Amino acid sequence: MLYIVIAFLFLAIVLYFLLGGADFGAGIIELFTSDRNKDRTRKTMYHAIGPIWEANHMWLIITVVILFVGFPDIYSNMCTYLHIPLLIMLLGITARGTAFAFRNYDAVKDDKTQSFYNRIFVYSSFVTPLFLGIIAGSAISRQIDLQATSFMSAYIYSWLNWFSVTVGLFTVALSGYLAAVYLIGETGDDNERRRFVRKARIMNVLVVIFGGLVFIAAEIENIALAHWIFGNMVSLTAVISAAISLLALWLFIYNGKKKIIRVFAAFQVTMILLSVGYTHFPNLIMVKGGQNLSLLTNHAPAKTIEDLGLGLLIGSLLILPSLFYLFYSFQKKNELI
Amino acid sequence: MNDFIAARSQMAISLGFHIVYSCIGMVMPVFMAISHYKWIKTGDPVYKNVTQAWSKGVAIFFATGAVSGTILSFELGLLWPKFMEHAGPIFGMPFSLEGVAFFIEAIALGFFLYGWNRFNNWFHWCTGMIVGVSGIASGILVVSANSWMNNPSGFDYINGQYLNIDPIKAMFNGSWFSESLHMTIAAFAATGFAVAGIHALMIARKKNVQFHTKAFKIAVVFGAVAAIIQPFSGDLSAKNAAKHQPAKLAAMEAYFHTQQYAPLVLGGVADTANKKAKYGIEIPGLLSFLVNDNFKDPVNGLDKIPVKDQPPITITHLAFDLMVVIGSALMLIGILYFVALWKKRSWLSKKWFLDLFILATPLGFIAVEAGWTVTEVGRQPWIIQGVMRTSAAVTPMPGIQYSFYLFTVIYFTLSIAVIFLLSRQIKMVPQLYDKVN
Ligand code: HDD
Ligand code: HEM
Ligand code: HEM
Repeated sequence: MLYIVIAFLFLAIVLYFLLGGADFGAGIIELFTSDRNKDRTRKTMYHAIGPIWEANHMWLIITVVILFVGFPDIYSNMCTYLHIPLLIMLLGITARGTAFAFRNYDAVKDDKTQSFYNRIFVYSSFVTPLFLGIIAGSAISRQIDLQATSFMSAYIYSWLNWFSVTVGLFTVALSGYLAAVYLIGETGDDNERRRFVRKARIMNVLVVIFGGLVFIAAEIENIALAHWIFGNMVSLTAVISAAISLLALWLFIYNGKKKIIRVFAAFQVTMILLSVGYTHFPNLIMVKGGQNLSLLTNHAPAKTIEDLGLGLLIGSLLILPSLFYLFYSFQKKNELI
Repeated sequence: MNDFIAARSQMAISLGFHIVYSCIGMVMPVFMAISHYKWIKTGDPVYKNVTQAWSKGVAIFFATGAVSGTILSFELGLLWPKFMEHAGPIFGMPFSLEGVAFFIEAIALGFFLYGWNRFNNWFHWCTGMIVGVSGIASGILVVSANSWMNNPSGFDYINGQYLNIDPIKAMFNGSWFSESLHMTIAAFAATGFAVAGIHALMIARKKNVQFHTKAFKIAVVFGAVAAIIQPFSGDLSAKNAAKHQPAKLAAMEAYFHTQQYAPLVLGGVADTANKKAKYGIEIPGLLSFLVNDNFKDPVNGLDKIPVKDQPPITITHLAFDLMVVIGSALMLIGILYFVALWKKRSWLSKKWFLDLFILATPLGFIAVEAGWTVTEVGRQPWIIQGVMRTSAAVTPMPGIQYSFYLFTVIYFTLSIAVIFLLSRQIKMVPQLYDKVN
C-alpha cells in the first residue's frame, strides 16, 4: 500500500505541475502579450481554462493531504523551515484565484475594475510558480538545516539561495511554455495561432536558458545536480527523451496537430520531473548534514497508510473518469463553436 | 502580541472567514438545484433566471472558499506543525476523503457553470446536485475531523506516544454525529436566512418582485425548517459536551459550583474572581434537566476542573448565549413563516413581515461564528482534548504576528471585494437576469 500512496503522491505532483502549471502559464503569457492583442488572448484563454480551472488546483490539495496524513514528519518540517516561501505561494494562489473568478463574474464589466483584476492576475501568475519552484528546489538543495539556531539559517537561507531561485525561474518558464503550447490548439484564428507559436518558442528558449542557470547555480551551491541527472541510466534516459521530444515538437507545431504537441510538451515536463525525482527517491527532503526525510522511512503507521491508500484508490475511481469527461466534453464543444 | 496568541488569532480569523464560504458552498447549490428543477418542470423562465443569477454568486463564493480552504490546509502545518506531526495520521482520514469530495465538487461545478445550453437539461441538473451533495459531504467530513480534536479516539496514548492508530475509528469518534449534524443544520439556517433576507430587501423595495419572491420562497423554507430543528440538535451537542468535555460545558454555562438541581443561567457575565455568574437569570434545575434528563442529578462545575485546564470562561459563556439567543429568535421567525403560509397569507407581503427577515439577514452567520467560538475556545487549553496542549503545538518560527496582520488585511480586503461584487450582481439583476419585469 505504501507504494500506492507514493504513486498517488507523485501523480498529484506531476499533474499539478502540468495542469496547474499551464494555468499559471496562461497568466504569464498574458503578461508578455502586447496590449493590442491582450483582449483576444484573454478570451481564448478564458474559453480554454474556465471550466477546468477549479479542478486543476485540486491536485495541490490532494498533494498536501497525502503529505500530512501519510508523511506527517515531512509535512511538518516542510511547513516549519519553508514557512515563508509557502506563505508567499499561498498569497499568490489567493490573489490569482480570486482575481480570475472576480474578473469573469463581475456583473459590471467596466475597464477600470477589469484592468485592476488583470494586473493582480498576471503578477500573481508570475509569483506563484516562482515560489512553487523555490519550494521544490529547496526540498532537494540540502540547505534545510534541522539543527539551525539562528532565524536566518533556519527560515531564510533554507530557501533563499541561488539554486532554489533558479529552479523557481525555471518553473516559471516551464509554465509559460506549457500554456503557450496548450493554447496553440485552442484558437481557430491563424494570426493568433502564429502568436502562440512564437510565444512557445520564446518560452522554450527561456526554459533552456534557465535550465542551464540551474546547473550553474547547483555548481555554486555545491549541489551535485549533474551527477544526479547524468549519473544513472533512468535519469539520463529521461533527460534525453525530453530533449528528443522537444525537437519532435517543433516538427509538428506548424501543422496544428494539437494533441501531438500537447502530449510532447507534457511528456517533456514529466521526464524532467522524473529525472530529478528518480535519483532522490525515496528522499523527498534533503537536509543539511543529518538524516534525509524519506518516503520509505518517515511515513505514518501502517494502518493509516492502508486506509489512505484505499481511500485514494476508491476516490480515483470516482475522480479520474469524471475529470476525463470534463476535459473531453469541453474540448469537443469548443471545437464546435 | 506573542507568537502563540498570534498563531491562535490567525487560525481563528482564517476559519472564521472560511466557514462563511463553506456554509454557502454547501447550501447554495441545493437552492440552485431546486430552482433549476422548477424551471425544467414548469418552463417558467423566472426560475432559470434565478438559477443563473445565483450561480454567478456561487462562483464568486466558491473561488473565495477554495482559496481560503487551500490556505487552511497549509496553515495547519504552518502554525501547528507539532500537532499535525502526531495528529495527521490519526485524524487525517476525513481530510483525505474530503479532498476526494472537493475534487468531485470542483469537477461538477465546471460542468454546471459552463454547461448552460451545452448539455441535456437533466444531466446539467445532476451536475448541480452533485456540487451540493459533495459540498455537504465535505462539510460533514471536516467537522468530523474537528470533533476528533474535541473527543479523540482511535489511538492509545501511552508515555507520550500515539500507538495502535485506527483512522476509521478516529473518524467515527463519539462526537462526530452530533457535531456534524448541528453544523449541517446551521449551514442551512444561516444561508437560508441570509439569502431570504437579501431577497426580502429587494421585494420591500419593489424591485423585480416576481423574481425576488420566487428566490425568497426557496431560501426561506430551508432556513425556517433548519432553524426550527436547530435547538434540538443543539441540545444533543450540549449533552455530548457534558459527557466528554465537562470543562467546556461548565464554561459555556458559567457554572462554577457542582450542585444538585443545577440552574441554567441565561445571560449575565461570568465573574471569575468571585466564581459566580452575575446579572443573569437563574432557572433552577434546568441545567440538570438538559444534561441528565431529570431536574435533580448534579452536573460537574468548574470547581472539578484544575485551573490550568480551564478554558476562558467569559468568552465561551458570552458566545454560547449569543448563539442560543439567535437560535431562539430564528426558530420563532421560522415558526411565524409557516403560520403565515398556512393561516395568514396576507402577512407574506406586509412590510413588518419583510422587515423581520431583513433584520435576520446576518443573524445565522453571527450564530455560526459564535458557535465555533464555543467549540474552539471552549476546548482550550487543549488542541487535542486531554492529550496535547495548544501551546505545545505551535510553530517554533518567530514573528507570527506579522503573518497574522497580513492575513487580517487579506481577509478584510477579500470580504470587501466579495460584498462589492455581490452588490453589483444584485444591482444588475434587471439588466442581466430579469429583463421582463
Ligand atoms: C445558525 C447557527 C446556529 C444556531 C442557531 C445554533 N447553533 Fe449551536 N453551533 C453552531 C451553530 C448554531 C455551529 C457554528 O455550527 C457549531 C460550532 C461547532 C458545531 O458543530 O456547530 C455550534 C456548536 C454548539 C455547541 C458546542 C458543541 C461542542 O463543542 O461540542 C453547543 C452545545 C450548541 N451549539 C448548542 C446550541 C443550542 C442549544 C442552540 C439553541 C438554540 C444552538 N446551538 C443554536
Ligand atoms: C476541521 C475543522 C477544524 C480544525 C481541524 C480546527 C483546528 C484548529 C486549530 C489547530 C486551532 C488552534 C488551536 C486553538 O487555539 O484551539 C483552532 C483554533 C480555533 N479555531 Fe478551529 N478548527 C476547525 C474548525 C473550526 C471552524 C470551522 C471554526 C470557525 C469559525 C474554528 C474556529 C477556531 C477558533 C475561533 C480558534 C481560536 C481559539 C482560541 O483563540 O482560543 N475552528 N482550530
Ligand atoms: C481546518 C479546517 C479546514 C480545512 C483544512 C479546509 C480545507 C478546505 C479546502 C482546501 C477547500 C477548497 C476545496 C475546493 O477547491 O473546492 C475547502 C472548501 C470547503 N470547505 Fe473547508 N476546510 C476546513 C474547514 C471547513 C469546515 C469546518 C467546513 C464546514 C463546515 C468546511 C466546508 C467546506 C466546504 C463546503 C467547501 C467547498 C467550498 C465552497 O463551496 O466554497 N471546511 N475547505
